[in-house]
Amino acid sequence: MKLTVNGVSHEVDVEEDMPLLWVLRDELQLTGTKYGCGIAQCGACTVHMNGMAVRSCQVPAKEAADQTITTIEGLGQPEALHAVQAAWVEHQVAQCGYCQSGQIMQAASFLQFKPNPTDEDIDRAMSANLCRCGTYPRIREAVKTAAKSLRGGV
Amino acid sequence: MGKLKTFTRRTFLVGSSAIAGGVAFGTFLAKKPHDNPLAKNLNNGEATFNPWVLIDADKITLIVPHMDMGQGVASIQAAMIAEELDLEMDQFAISFGLPDAAYHNTALASEAVPFLSTDDGMTAQAMRTVVRSVMKILGLQVTGGSTTVPDSLNKLRIAGATARETLKRAAAIQADVDAAELTTARGAVVLPDGKRIAYTDLAAAAAALQPVHHNTLRDPASWRLLGQPMQRLDIVGKSTGTLDYGIDLQFDDLLYAAVQLNPGKGAALKSHDDTQAKAMRGVQQILPLTHGVAALADNSWRAMRAAKAVVCDWAEASYPAEQADHWQLVADSFTEERLDKIWRDDGDVEQAITDAAAHQAEYRAPYVAHQPLEPLNAVIRVTNERADIWVAHQMPRFAQQKVAEITGLEVDQVYLHNQYAGGSFGHRLEFDNVILAAEIGRQMPGKTIKLTYTREQDFAQDFTRQIGMARGRGLVKNGQVKAMDLSVATVSSSESQMKRLGQSAPGPDKQITEGAWNLPYDIEHFRVSAYRVPELAPTSSWRSVGASSAGFFADCFLDELIHQAGADPLAERLRLCNHPVAKAVLETAGELSGWGRPLAENQGRGIAFVESFGVPVAEVVEVTMTDRGIRLDQVTVVADVGRVIDPVNFENLMQGGAVWGLGHAMNCEITFKNGASEQLNYHRHAGMRLYQCPKIVVKGLENGAQVRGIGEPPVPPAAPALANAIFAATGQRVREMPFDQHIRFV
Ligand code: FES
Ligand code: FES
Repeated sequence: MKLTVNGVSHEVDVEEDMPLLWVLRDELQLTGTKYGCGIAQCGACTVHMNGMAVRSCQVPAKEAADQTITTIEGLGQPEALHAVQAAWVEHQVAQCGYCQSGQIMQAASFLQFKPNPTDEDIDRAMSANLCRCGTYPRIREAVKTAAKSLRGGV
Repeated sequence: MGKLKTFTRRTFLVGSSAIAGGVAFGTFLAKKPHDNPLAKNLNNGEATFNPWVLIDADKITLIVPHMDMGQGVASIQAAMIAEELDLEMDQFAISFGLPDAAYHNTALASEAVPFLSTDDGMTAQAMRTVVRSVMKILGLQVTGGSTTVPDSLNKLRIAGATARETLKRAAAIQADVDAAELTTARGAVVLPDGKRIAYTDLAAAAAALQPVHHNTLRDPASWRLLGQPMQRLDIVGKSTGTLDYGIDLQFDDLLYAAVQLNPGKGAALKSHDDTQAKAMRGVQQILPLTHGVAALADNSWRAMRAAKAVVCDWAEASYPAEQADHWQLVADSFTEERLDKIWRDDGDVEQAITDAAAHQAEYRAPYVAHQPLEPLNAVIRVTNERADIWVAHQMPRFAQQKVAEITGLEVDQVYLHNQYAGGSFGHRLEFDNVILAAEIGRQMPGKTIKLTYTREQDFAQDFTRQIGMARGRGLVKNGQVKAMDLSVATVSSSESQMKRLGQSAPGPDKQITEGAWNLPYDIEHFRVSAYRVPELAPTSSWRSVGASSAGFFADCFLDELIHQAGADPLAERLRLCNHPVAKAVLETAGELSGWGRPLAENQGRGIAFVESFGVPVAEVVEVTMTDRGIRLDQVTVVADVGRVIDPVNFENLMQGGAVWGLGHAMNCEITFKNGASEQLNYHRHAGMRLYQCPKIVVKGLENGAQVRGIGEPPVPPAAPALANAIFAATGQRVREMPFDQHIRFV
């Protein structure tokens, strides 16, 4: 089947029910998207499908076919950071960092819909993304900074 | 700072050696240095050299042997070298190096002996030295016990200074000037006329010189990097998905492996039927292992599905099948026979506490899992000549030995390539993934295989924190705490862990009452006794180890007594506190948290103090009782670490430690049914979620005499501070974790 990931289209030969997560990681070698739980409990596998944050461990390959998929690698690059990534760098959010691809993808999608979020909005949008290292205080601050810079503020 | 200036006593010997096109610098112990690990890759005749700094014509590489599992030590270790070497953080590459005895951990020893960490008396010092030499013999290259910073701070700065001075000497010869007229900056030696010679251009010349020893280390007041906010080397990689963890490594012709293991931890596979699994798409092989089966396929998901489809017959686990029996065996261990050691015996508790007048309480701490977010994994390739394993491990030398034992190769034929870890919390001190990978690799010679655990297998096999209980008796008089008698019974996680290492753990287990016996309090009659529960399910070091349970027991029970006495929780702790460093920690926590500021009727504030790994930490938690349950509003964490080396990381780790301690106290436990863990994924063992996270205020004090690490110490006071706050808000004492058995949290 055909998958469009980060603007590149790929032909993959996988079972219809293989989760998008494993297509990305093992078939396309896009390992920025992480496996944490496999059951929609941690958010480490979050990617965008047509701009919406989804848990790639819950999306069967056949549902991802012919959709527009963006992974952390497509959001921005070390030399060209997305505003959310820049905020994550500025606040030095990561400890082990393993959850952060998912956190960033979740935040980037959420801020498109809520460019000016309240603290409560942030808590609601980000609470399904688990961080075992406990970087939550920094995630909150980084989301606020990212929101501001996406709105064009300084 | 007198201590630092005279540090060139012959504790460490700095050497240098030629490498292809350049020079290497470093340190190792003076008396009888271990062989140099990098020397194997040298040309003949180029003998001694050491392992911290490599400079060749193209680049500078700093070797950072302590494993980075999120605590930021890769950056910190590099910054220690760069501070003295006058490098900027973007001027070098880092490498985790190959495991070697020369990287053994000298700081771990100071916490391995049973003396108060504030006790610098003759015997205490002498004992620490004995243990330290034992460490050297064992060549324990360990990342753990919050020791990276104390272990590295002097070693690595000395290495940096030696490299700098030797490069200066090379430049002096080359430019024919006096070395004293030279300075260094941004990776170059600067000549008196302002001309710069890059270190990389001096590398070959420096290799021919005797290294310049006995350099005075720079005064911390002049530090450019250390002590200042630094951008972590891994922060961009971790914010862009471009940093590879072990689980992400790519190789040509990689085979993917998954396992199904006996849910009875440590028990064997009796037989299996792989008919169905073998026929599944992409599956290449089903392999029997000691404790289960592995499926090898062309994709991780296919391997995971196939592993699950194997029908297995399991041997029974050696521990009781049902959780209630575990608790019963803990409760039955408060006996003369199981008494491990009385760690503290001030005054005369027997005389002071007559049962009639005593206040009594019983506490519990359950098994809890580590479950860092990156599941266990390893990549392995075994041939007749060598084995290569790519894995994040806190004890790479032991991991290497495990691979050697299983594959039949010599230890020096095993190459362990350490990796960034997606968290550990003690999980990567264990060897199950290494052993399984070796068992698989041995059966598949020449193939490169990536083993990935499913989250469910990872949970099922996690060697958890120790399970334990405590019984307290105490007496108050005239508004003061007069006597406290605390008996703690836990399994020995050290014994369990050492057994898997093939080592015995002689003597009493210090961890059973860690965080309790060493409280810096002058209670007139104060006894702390440790009882060792016979091994039940296997257990291991869980972030902060013994103090995560005993610290909870001791501080909460003391808080009960303080309330009995009608005293103020902070004021009474301060009255009892006999150590100025600890006292300042308590006072600062009081000030920062606004202790004494009036709260609403439905609010409560609790304080707790625990010292672990030589770091005194006080935490104040504020909660509100809402109609939907308890909400955590604010947490204040104050610790004295002697010196804050990396302020940004310090704050992040202190906050993370509090979140870890609070979250697990709120809602995590591992329980057994039919010999298997009942919790197999995060929905049943979540820890804290973002919406529950309070505001966390952090402060580091620098009054302590020694530099200490901060990975673990903020954990132990979190649970008792929360329990004490819940009591203050509701009048309800929660004496067992997880608290959500008794309390609803918003
Ligand atoms: S791996 Fe998909 S939510 Fe955890
Ligand atoms: S940074 Fe480690 S899990 Fe979030």
